[in-house]
Amino acid sequence: MSKYIRTLLLVFAGGLVTTSVAQEISGDDMRSLDGQVQEIKSDVLSIASELSTLEERLLYPSGTQIAVFVSIAPEETFRLDAVEIEINGELATHHIYSFKELEALQKGGVQRIYTGNVATGGHELSVTMIGKLKSGEDFKQSDSFSFAKSVEPKAIGITLGDPGSGTSGIQVGDW
Amino acid sequence: MRRAPPTVLGLLLFTSLVTSPSESDELKDLYFGEALYYAHQGYYFDALERLDTEVRQHGDLDEPELDTLYYHINDAEFSLGDFELRYRMHHRAGRAITAVLEGAVDEVVRNDAAYRLARIHFQKGQMDDALRALDRIDGKVPDAIRDDIEFLRANVYLAQGKPAESFGVLKRLQDTRSFGGFASYNLGIAYLQDGQRQMALDQLDRAGQIATDDPAELAIRDKSNLVLGTILLEGGDFDAAMPYLNRVRLDGPFSNQALLSAGWASLSVENYERAVVPWSILAAREVTDSATQEAMLALPYAYGKLDVHGRAAIFYGRALDSFGVEVDKLNESIESIREGDFLEALVREEIRKDKDWVIHLRSLSETPETYYLMQLLASHDFQTGLQNYLDLADLRRKLLSWRTGFDSFNDMVDIRYNHYEPLLPDIDTNFREFDSRMRLRIEQHKMLVKRRDDLLTTPRPEFLATRDEQAILARIEHIEAQLQEAPSLDEVFLVERVQRLKGLLTWTLETEYHERLTKFDQNLRSLDEAMAVLQQQYDQYVRSRQAATHSYVGYETPINRMRARVSEAVQKLDLLMARQGRQLEIVAINELIARRGRLENYRDKARFALADSYDRATQAQARSEEP
Repeated sequence: MSKYIRTLLLVFAGGLVTTSVAQEISGDDMRSLDGQVQEIKSDVLSIASELSTLEERLLYPSGTQIAVFVSIAPEETFRLDAVEIEINGELATHHIYSFKELEALQKGGVQRIYTGNVATGGHELSVTMIGKLKSGEDFKQSDSFSFAKSVEPKAIGITLGDPGSGTSGIQVGDW
Repeated sequence: MRRAPPTVLGLLLFTSLVTSPSESDELKDLYFGEALYYAHQGYYFDALERLDTEVRQHGDLDEPELDTLYYHINDAEFSLGDFELRYRMHHRAGRAITAVLEGAVDEVVRNDAAYRLARIHFQKGQMDDALRALDRIDGKVPDAIRDDIEFLRANVYLAQGKPAESFGVLKRLQDTRSFGGFASYNLGIAYLQDGQRQMALDQLDRAGQIATDDPAELAIRDKSNLVLGTILLEGGDFDAAMPYLNRVRLDGPFSNQALLSAGWASLSVENYERAVVPWSILAAREVTDSATQEAMLALPYAYGKLDVHGRAAIFYGRALDSFGVEVDKLNESIESIREGDFLEALVREEIRKDKDWVIHLRSLSETPETYYLMQLLASHDFQTGLQNYLDLADLRRKLLSWRTGFDSFNDMVDIRYNHYEPLLPDIDTNFREFDSRMRLRIEQHKMLVKRRDDLLTTPRPEFLATRDEQAILARIEHIEAQLQEAPSLDEVFLVERVQRLKGLLTWTLETEYHERLTKFDQNLRSLDEAMAVLQQQYDQYVRSRQAATHSYVGYETPINRMRARVSEAVQKLDLLMARQGRQLEIVAINELIARRGRLENYRDKARFALADSYDRATQAQARSEEP
């Protein structure tokens, strides 16, 4: 191998050495900061948790609190585009699903779609789901349910299933 | 409530994120499901915030078995550790998983926890701790992680410099579907580390021929061939190196380095024509790549060796121009980083919406500094620092948004105070009056209930007399008393008449007693219902009254405390962000300076070689023109 080639290779190797030393030194410094970053993440999580509790106390007192959750039944393949919730005939919320949100629901996640306040006593909940069946056909299905609100916070879980299966694709349960 | 059948409502808890086994797959806790919803979208802060609160509240319960999270508590603890790990909170992740490990859990769960803990230690570079955690695995192991455990164990041995310990594990794993290519390559490296050169070459040869269409395995196959070729090249076995370097795919991530080495291998055996081929391909590729830059200089050198000095001069000229442009670009980049543009570009949200955002950085014309940082961006330490910086930026955005919310909270509390305060004194006065009336009625109701209960055991017909009958009875008793005090001639006659009247009344009371008692009981039951409604309304009023006060009293202190905590956190964050950002800038600038140094060196060589080539070309031309 000629001297010139060796020189070239040395230049190349030298470049690598310089780079790796610079990274190594900075890497140590970065690791020392990493611990502090983890600490502040912990602090902010604790603030977030306390803030949520405060917010809930202020905006949704337990005596009137109602939370509505949406999930998709296991192994469902239909595409959910939107869900609309009405309480006592009034629109409570309307949600259009992104691909990521739909995927999270299909993997077993549960979405808190609405938190609000209702008086104790009997109420009417209407749920409408819009989407596309596996066959490509568009669908829109609605169903109504009655529920009773007591002095405890109320959690309602809505499970959405295949609307083409013959039975209602919207099931509601109490938690 | 019309309830759905439990089988329909039972939501299966998918465990793609949480690979731990659970006692029950049916989701019973909506709030745990909510945390998963965020985690599945990659929002680990939100997932952690919810799950952390839920697990903490569960832990504070006197009877946790009545809580819905009770059914998922192991999964929840695991997920907590998992989310913390993904949110790069290794310290807390380790604690959460250790808690599971030390709890009274079954064998499968404990083994899964031990594996996760080992993985955390491995990522933190704590190899002895990783091995200790792996050694705690005993008994039944979840199938899904059986190979992962073994692969991790082998990697720990390699990182500890004990390659021989990893041979057995890697040999077995190289036949598995999940780790085949990686285990095969790592086994070659393990032999190399152990000083068994020939075994290493044979093993890398095997790893370089695996049949696969998986992109990750194809890449590791290329890497095996490149490493094998490089070992032979460095050992002076140039011809033997060629077939392995040629095996590397031309469109793979290791193709540039393979083309470069293939050129050097050919040049080393003085086969200049063959060296020109890979270098010509490489010299036309992305100019920021260091292998390309080297090829731009090596290619004209090979032409020079072939005595094609004119062509060599042209390529040296191109290289010289290109290196000049790149050095200028690097100077601009260094300057731009010093002005803070690099950090600004990194925190731009629209960039990070794509999962391959780091790759796209280089296509942004306004961030030239990223062209040369791809290798650096891929390094673990830089990635950690970068991710920390981005996390800090996200946290800062959250804190600032929360800080503005406190004013709204205060406004809300003030509005409620102004609404309720004038109303409540009158309401309270009316309520006190109503309350005393109600208490009286409650006492009366209690007395009637007691009377009914007494009558059931000791019949007292006179207690059920009507108002008229009570008046008649009183009158008869009064007459009887008068007759006793003033006896007269008609006494017998009068006494008989009074007794007859009394007898008549007693007859009515006695014979109608059961009927009257039944009616009394029925009336009392109606009254019970009315009293229950009254009590309900009373309770509801009391709750509403309390809620009215609770809606504006007692918020000042927590709001002020939260405001102070948020401000303090923002200050801390600003400091950390500045330090973290500065470190990233220094590392990036160091990298760019190193690349610039190398390019300047190349440029000097190119300038010298260009002049030399011209001279040689001129001399050759002169020779050819000589008669």
